[in-house]
Amino acid sequence: MNLAQIQRKMARAVFGSLAPGYRMRRLAPGGGSMRRYAATFIKPNDRLTSFERLEIYNRQYWFRVLTCMADDFPGLHAVLGARKFDRLSEAYLADCPSRSFTLRNLGSRLPAWIEKHPGYVRPHARLALDMVRLEWAEIVAFDGPSETPLQPQDLVEGFDARMKFRLQPYITLLELHYPVDDLLLEVNKSSEDGEAASNAVSGGRKRASVRRFRALNPQPIFLAVHRNDDSVYFRRLEPEAFALLAALASGKSIAAAVNAAFRTSAVPVAARAETVREWFELWSALGWFCRPAARAAAV
Amino acid sequence: MPANQFNGFTDYGIGIGLRIPHYDHILTKKPVVDWFEIISENFMIDAGRPLRVLDQILDQYRVVQHGVSMYFGSAEPLSREHLRRLKTLVKRTKTPWLSDHLCWGSVDGTYTHDLLPMPYTFEAARITARKIREVRDFLEVPVCVENVSSYAEYHVSEMTEWEFLTEVTEAADCGILLDVNNIYVSSFNHRFNPMDYVENVPHHRVAQIHIAGHSRYRKYILDTHDHPVIDPVWKIYETAIRRCGPTATLLEWDDHIPSFEEVHAEALKASRFLRAVAESRAEAPPRRAPASESQLVLP
Repeated sequence: MNLAQIQRKMARAVFGSLAPGYRMRRLAPGGGSMRRYAATFIKPNDRLTSFERLEIYNRQYWFRVLTCMADDFPGLHAVLGARKFDRLSEAYLADCPSRSFTLRNLGSRLPAWIEKHPGYVRPHARLALDMVRLEWAEIVAFDGPSETPLQPQDLVEGFDARMKFRLQPYITLLELHYPVDDLLLEVNKSSEDGEAASNAVSGGRKRASVRRFRALNPQPIFLAVHRNDDSVYFRRLEPEAFALLAALASGKSIAAAVNAAFRTSAVPVAARAETVREWFELWSALGWFCRPAARAAAV
Repeated sequence: MPANQFNGFTDYGIGIGLRIPHYDHILTKKPVVDWFEIISENFMIDAGRPLRVLDQILDQYRVVQHGVSMYFGSAEPLSREHLRRLKTLVKRTKTPWLSDHLCWGSVDGTYTHDLLPMPYTFEAARITARKIREVRDFLEVPVCVENVSSYAEYHVSEMTEWEFLTEVTEAADCGILLDVNNIYVSSFNHRFNPMDYVENVPHHRVAQIHIAGHSRYRKYILDTHDHPVIDPVWKIYETAIRRCGPTATLLEWDDHIPSFEEVHAEALKASRFLRAVAESRAEAPPRRAPASESQLVLP
């Protein structure tokens, strides 16, 4: 067996899902006995069989990635409860193992995966999907790339309604069906409080959170997840403001974005110009806009 | 020997791993610490708070980079994205040397995020050494490889672990980050004499030493970095620095992390051994050249 063959053989065992009781499965990849499979390439010693030595790595892999998932998605964990969350995480990681050198990206495909596998989040599919989209957006906002922001004077000088802007790459716009932003702040706060408490106390808190979350009433929320002074914020937006930003983010000019924003709006026409001015003043002060890529430049 | 080509001819003392729970203490109290080791992957990001904290640390302390996912020993090619991001960080930290593990952990672009043991074969040594050279040439900084703790051995191995370490580092002409806790853990798990390991590595290549604690189970030891360093590991450390000279030493503490003061105090226990070795070297007569060298200069 050469190096590549050994590593593929070991990786198949390491990535294999665990059996109940967090043990390595008895069935080898492709069928047959895992004991025989392990013995073909792992030496036993006087204390551990080949199977047991390989099992250490199989268990470590799953403990590591499942812990990472729980750390990155505490809100989804609270919505689903521990058992359903673990089941979902195992299924997700079996389909989408890490393709990145950093665990930071482990959950990058989770929102899309949940959309394709709603069975893992029923009967709270919409709530769970809202939460996971928010939590991934939070990760992006925490350390995603930023570009030199346009200054307010950049917007005023040489203003042209045909101008196009891009949003900072760390900003995510989310149209949500539940107030999961409030929920996530509550989860984060309770886990911070729990650090100083015993396990029993924090466990009780978590169970209470799950019950409360599932009783939530739907509520349309338009949200920008962004970063300011290296802290992540959830900023709720009016529907028109959200539509305007979404249109700009999709590459529309200012004029086209404003038209799209107010197409079905109840905001009086006379008030719209001032409203838009105030929005742009705030957003540019927050550094949300950056120049379009060279080829897609204005006009 | 402590300052050598593999650690950029630096003479660093005792450092500790930079960990999030200690950020506030370090930035507000500004304790005197010789140097900090950072996990490179935690800072190979585009922007955000981690980089701001790192910059504040860099303003006041010496920092050395230590990686966990380069996977020199994986049969697949190096990740260009990983290298590009690592080089950006190297420019930021100006690390005098850089280390990662003598292990593998990815197969066909899929990552285990573990430090998996190498088969000790000449083929594996050749592939690993080539990749280390590629990394060093790309990053333009000395590279050291760290021996890992392991829980399994392969039938195909053709040499001992220390022979493999020697084979790789000689072929790559790179340095060694000698982890004396890992030597202890592996010596228990594979039943070898840890002093055989220490005596037989190329001492002139040792650029840095790691010390750490571990967790002992009935049949094996896990490298958990969550306890103080035990006496037998200090004994190995003492032997290592007697052979290698007073070498830059770092304490790793990654789980159940106590206060900064406690971690730093544990690390500073190394100073007793370093002092003793430095004093004995100062008192000792100049080392006689080996007979073959002497014969060359004798008339």
